[in-house]
Amino acid sequence: MMTAAAAAIEPKPPVKVDIRNLDFFYGDSKALKNVSMPLYFKNVTAFIGPSGCGKSTLLRVLNRMYEMYPNQRAVGEIMVDGENILNPKQDLNLLRAKLGMLFQKPTPFPMTIYDNIAFGIRMYERLSKSEMDGRVEAALRGAALWNEVKDKLGASGLSLSGGQQQRLCIARTVAIKPEVILLDEPCSALDPISTAKIEELIDELKQEYTIVIVTHNMQQAARISDYTAFMLLGDLVEFGETAMMTTKPKNQKTEDYITGRFG
Amino acid sequence: MREGNAPMTPQNQHIVKSYDEELKRLTNAIVEMGGTAESQLAQAIQAVAKRDSELAGRVVRQDAAIDHLEEAVQNQTVRLLALRQPIARDLRDILAAIKIASDIERIGDLAANIAKRAIALNQTAPVRPVTAVPRMGRLAQQAIKDVIDAYVEHDAQKAIAVWQRDDDLDDLTSSLFRELLTYMMEDPRSISPCAHLLFIAKNVERIGDHATNIAETVHFLVMGGRPPAARPKHDTSSYVVVEPPEEGALPQPGANGCNAGGT
Repeated sequence: MMTAAAAAIEPKPPVKVDIRNLDFFYGDSKALKNVSMPLYFKNVTAFIGPSGCGKSTLLRVLNRMYEMYPNQRAVGEIMVDGENILNPKQDLNLLRAKLGMLFQKPTPFPMTIYDNIAFGIRMYERLSKSEMDGRVEAALRGAALWNEVKDKLGASGLSLSGGQQQRLCIARTVAIKPEVILLDEPCSALDPISTAKIEELIDELKQEYTIVIVTHNMQQAARISDYTAFMLLGDLVEFGETAMMTTKPKNQKTEDYITGRFG
Repeated sequence: MREGNAPMTPQNQHIVKSYDEELKRLTNAIVEMGGTAESQLAQAIQAVAKRDSELAGRVVRQDAAIDHLEEAVQNQTVRLLALRQPIARDLRDILAAIKIASDIERIGDLAANIAKRAIALNQTAPVRPVTAVPRMGRLAQQAIKDVIDAYVEHDAQKAIAVWQRDDDLDDLTSSLFRELLTYMMEDPRSISPCAHLLFIAKNVERIGDHATNIAETVHFLVMGGRPPAARPKHDTSSYVVVEPPEEGALPQPGANGCNAGGT
């Protein structure tokens, strides 16, 4: 039996991203209400909650993806390494390189496997052919895809299976050396084996990156995350260590949701 | 035996109704086991006090019923774990049921052992210290009843009370131990019944320990962790040494060998 006391003794890791009093609006409707929470350095944080609770919205605010749409605005602070990334002067390309994002459905570019990776790198760096080859290989290895594609780097990214495509997208994200990886239900379109490979990969990636994952699968959140945030109707209901959240949540609403009860 | 369908604390229902039914069946099985064990203990103690070998024989035969119930609980929990992947309260419910069932099964074995020794005791002349056994039995029986009530009512306070009261049983065991050693030294003919009584007392004391185990499990079930402090141990019989009477006062010089210590 894991006791609360034993868990509390562990020192908290440093904070990579600090979300402070964040409100978010789609036009007039408020989708996030005064959300504050830390994202710990080189830890996996899971956002859970029913559809429409604001978890994907929060993820999209973290790299200001919402700026691509009109009438959406965020109020509050998101401190990344001490700087507020909601600052209008923030360079969005740099921000999105620093906080890489992965979506529910794999989104490979309609180009070769090699170019899928090289494309992003070319936007930020000028590399020789051999340097680029090295970076592509390293990224594919990092996404545990190298052995499956090393003999067909010239094939289209779209020719891969769904699970391989998702790992290709992870490789693409990792290739530009981000610091935080945002995963929006990365396994919801994958079979159990591809899901297990992604979970294994997340376990490896957290040695180097701070990871945030939105998931509808409670068992997945329990397996792969260190911290869990439970959201409901735009409110952050509970944030804490996953081990505690999955054995003894503090909030009745959290317990009802994760155990599949009527709330 | 108590009613098996006492309600848990107010609790929202699962969206999947069969899950609630399976958990309720599990709780009812535990309550039935507890009631059976309590009555087995009562009858075993009565068989000792009333020198009723027929009753003792019945207790020995009835132990199989508790074993079967435990097996049913094991099968139900395996099924629940495999099919529901329980977390939070549900996980604690199921883990608690497994642990409590195995404690109750041991209580049943110990009660059956008391009954077996009652049959042996009835073939020897009565010894006076037997009168302490019903008092110990009542304490142990009350502990089982209260801790199962605490389980059904999800009452951590009540569980802790059982946990703390185990001291009384430990004190009685220690004093009976001392008394029995004296008896054996005074009259070697009493060694056989007194040895059986020693084991009977130890069995009742062990039943009390299993009740405290269950109390700890109930605490985990309700609070998500073990009780805060370690329970003070009062059973000092492991350290008891009784000096033999003066050489000349011994009925037979050979009785010296009964000295329980090594002084």
